[in-house]
Amino acid sequence: MPQTEAQVAAVLVACHELGVPVVARGAGTGLSGGATPHRFGVILSLARFNRVIRVDPLNCLAVVECGVRNLSISEAAAPFGLYYAPDPSSQIACTIGGNIAENSGGVHCLKYGLTLHNVLKLRGFTASGELIEFGSEALDSPGLDLLSIVVGSEGMLAVITEVTVKLIPKPPVARCLLASFADLEAAGNAVAAVIAAGIIPAGLELMDRRMTAAVESFVHAGYDLNAAAILLCESDGTCDEVEEEIGHMGAVLKSCGATRLSVSQDEAERLRFWSGRKNAFPASGRISPDYMCMDSTIPRKRMAEMLRAIEAMELKYDLRCANVFHAGDGNLHPLILFDANDPDQLRRCELFGAEILEASVHLGGTISGEHGVGLEKLNSMCVQFSPLERQQMIAVKRAFDPKEILNPGKVIPTLHRCAEYGKMTVHRGLLPFAELPRF
Amino acid sequence: MQTNLSPEFRGTQQGATAEAILRKCVHCGFCLATCPTYQLLGNELDGPRGRIYLIKQVLEGATVTRSTQQHLDRCLTCRSCETTCPSGVDYGHLIDIGRQVIDERVARPTREKFVRWLLKVGLTSSFFGPAIKLGALLRPMLPKTLQNKVPLPSDIESGSWPTRIHARKVLLLAGCVQPSIRPNINAATARVLDAAGIQSLVAGKAGCCGAIRVHLNDRPGGLNDMRRNIDAWWPTIESNAIDAIIMNASGCGVMVKDYGAALAADASYAKKAARVSALTMDLSELLPDLVSALRTRVIASSQQLMAFHSPCTLQHGQRLLGGVERHLQSLGFKVEVTLSENHQCCGSAGTYSVLEPKIAYQLRDRKLAEIGRLKPRCIISANIGCIQHLQSGTSIPVKHWIEILDQAIV
Ligand SMILES: Cc1cc2nc3c(=O)[nH]c(=O)nc-3n(C[C@H](O)[C@H](O)[C@H](O)COP(=O)(O)OP(=O)(O)OC[C@H]3O[C@@H](n4cnc5c(N)ncnc54)[C@H](O)[C@@H]3O)c2cc1C
Ligand code: SF4
Ligand code: SF4
Repeated sequence: MPQTEAQVAAVLVACHELGVPVVARGAGTGLSGGATPHRFGVILSLARFNRVIRVDPLNCLAVVECGVRNLSISEAAAPFGLYYAPDPSSQIACTIGGNIAENSGGVHCLKYGLTLHNVLKLRGFTASGELIEFGSEALDSPGLDLLSIVVGSEGMLAVITEVTVKLIPKPPVARCLLASFADLEAAGNAVAAVIAAGIIPAGLELMDRRMTAAVESFVHAGYDLNAAAILLCESDGTCDEVEEEIGHMGAVLKSCGATRLSVSQDEAERLRFWSGRKNAFPASGRISPDYMCMDSTIPRKRMAEMLRAIEAMELKYDLRCANVFHAGDGNLHPLILFDANDPDQLRRCELFGAEILEASVHLGGTISGEHGVGLEKLNSMCVQFSPLERQQMIAVKRAFDPKEILNPGKVIPTLHRCAEYGKMTVHRGLLPFAELPRF
Repeated sequence: MQTNLSPEFRGTQQGATAEAILRKCVHCGFCLATCPTYQLLGNELDGPRGRIYLIKQVLEGATVTRSTQQHLDRCLTCRSCETTCPSGVDYGHLIDIGRQVIDERVARPTREKFVRWLLKVGLTSSFFGPAIKLGALLRPMLPKTLQNKVPLPSDIESGSWPTRIHARKVLLLAGCVQPSIRPNINAATARVLDAAGIQSLVAGKAGCCGAIRVHLNDRPGGLNDMRRNIDAWWPTIESNAIDAIIMNASGCGVMVKDYGAALAADASYAKKAARVSALTMDLSELLPDLVSALRTRVIASSQQLMAFHSPCTLQHGQRLLGGVERHLQSLGFKVEVTLSENHQCCGSAGTYSVLEPKIAYQLRDRKLAEIGRLKPRCIISANIGCIQHLQSGTSIPVKHWIEILDQAIV
């Protein structure tokens, strides 16, 4: 639990010399096991790096230590009428360092971009304990754009200690439109239709009935519990812009079969609408002892198809699934509900999850939207990337960390892991990854 | 989350309760954000999720160490984590079980044992009052740490107790430490209620609500406190003479509201305990009535800004948030809460400020710094522990809100 950069460097130097793995840790809210300790390694907790160093309203930026909570940045910027746009649902607890490592997204990312698009500069230490900086306070920096490689590298390339983020002005007005749908597919189609109509909402999220029911008892947001699914659509800007966009969105949603529309009447109500969405994952603890949160992306227009496929999987694996999506981004978070005390349910749940990821790739999407690969999706990496692509990833890792002490065993699967995974899921007699050597 | 209780706890009442709570936790970590000890120390094991895991490990058969015990000791039982938890984890009951199980397995150093014993016996005994009176006189001669705990001689004046009889009556719990260190709080409560046409009855035999013993891991002793109070109140309750049992210390309120759950397994008290809990209200829950009865009789100073510190036992333990300040404002008082960290504990936390002084004083100063930004002329709160603890770190007067209301009635 270092408190100064010198201590971080000293830990890294010692571990590098001794070949001891180092796992950086923020708040431990990661959803793919990225911060899971290594058997023979140390955990480098960065929770004490929790100071906001400065807010610069003139240049619209903030310099913060890596352990500062995402929400604290916006709180510190608020007196200047500014905020930090990427807002993962876990923003109350997750750290900016973890956000950098996972390239986290959130409700606002559809309009304002992911973490990567809102970070200017990083300062940290390499595996050998050397100070290193990426990017600058300017919008572009000379040379190779290494900042983009480090954002999303899940603690494998460097330990980040200080982050400079972009702040943007708080829009004068923001309102949230709730739309109810009688079936999931219609809701899925409505998402595609909104974007196709040329609207980029400040947030466009979908929750199904299972999810709204779970969360309503905690936040009392006033969701329509009769709807099979609801869409939350946010509009922000000047008063006129918002009014026009809400009208436009409402018309599109109506034409897609929305059964009820309601618009937040004041800021408190808007926050309440969103609070339900933000608390959705953990609130499912109210309806099931355990849940597995999946995270994949698909092209928006195939949303309805995907929802149908998930429904079929619920029957196949005999498990319930609650759906909550960053629908505008085509980023799915199906929550598979199960009871971890029943080993067979756990097994079925894992197969269910793997099938969702495979279906996503099949529909032209990816196995990870914003939660990273970590330990959880090592196998699925083999579905997404060819051996050659994975070799190149390993080469990048070694260029930064030749001894492979930073978060080893995560993110990039080794060859034998894919072969083992392949062995597990031989479908219809077809051998997956036939090109891999078998042992 | 997954659980696998060791045979020792499987099938026991304690094991079943703990397991049901553990299973609700989905280890999301949201609670870390509002946990005072995690925010201060930055160690997962000093946060709610870490403590939940520690307790889980113990119940699953892991060896218990002194270090496990200390991580649980450092918890303030403020239950801020419960307010934050979207999954509805009943942390308060889990930590009680965890502490009990661990204390049965790990011996405490002698000095610590002695301090805990002294608190348990001292605070709740009949000698406490006279000792405090003596202490108040000798205050200038006491060492700083003790001075912090002993009131000023002016604090122990109380004014008169109303004698009028009203049809509407409530029972008032006098409490154990409150009558000795701030007797005016009970007297002010009785006077304000009297002005609003409510008569306060105090059952002579009722005493400590049980929280002190329960939180010092003397559960049997705590249950006895509860039974004694129930016995003291029962004749009045049975005669239907009262419509509520009023608590003017939110720390007691949270305990008495839990009597029903605590005594659920005691066949001869379960029903009575449930009835007592159902009748129990925090004084602030009477505010709607008080406001309408007293609106024309209160002359509030709208010049004097007061900062309200909501005790954890009020906002987290009893989930009563916003009522005090809203109602006082509606009477014309100028009351504000801190702009940030309003959810945070002041560090008092019952006997915590004696047992874990380092953290307690850090939290106190952090709270006072937040309050200081409002530049208040007076700080008001709703729990004797918080009032006393905050007062030890500031020259701004710290009072119970009922005392302010009492003074403003003409
Ligand atoms: C209920 C819930 C909702 C969520 N919602 C979202 C969401 O809407 N969008 C989203 O994108 N994610 C979401 N997440 C996932 C998670 O919150 C994010 O991935 C977050 O960025 C993790 O931050 P953390 O501080 O908890 O990191 P940790 O979990 O502690 O670590 C995550 C990874 O980052 C690395 N790391 C952490 N700090 C550093 C550092 N300083 N330097 C180098 N590496 C580091 C770790 O090694 C690990 O690999 C959610 C999680 C939960 C529990
Ligand atoms: S917020 Fe609730 S569910 Fe999440 S880790 Fe804390 S106690 Fe567990
Ligand atoms: S009760 Fe308070 S101190 Fe204890 S774990 Fe919960 S938030 Fe932290």
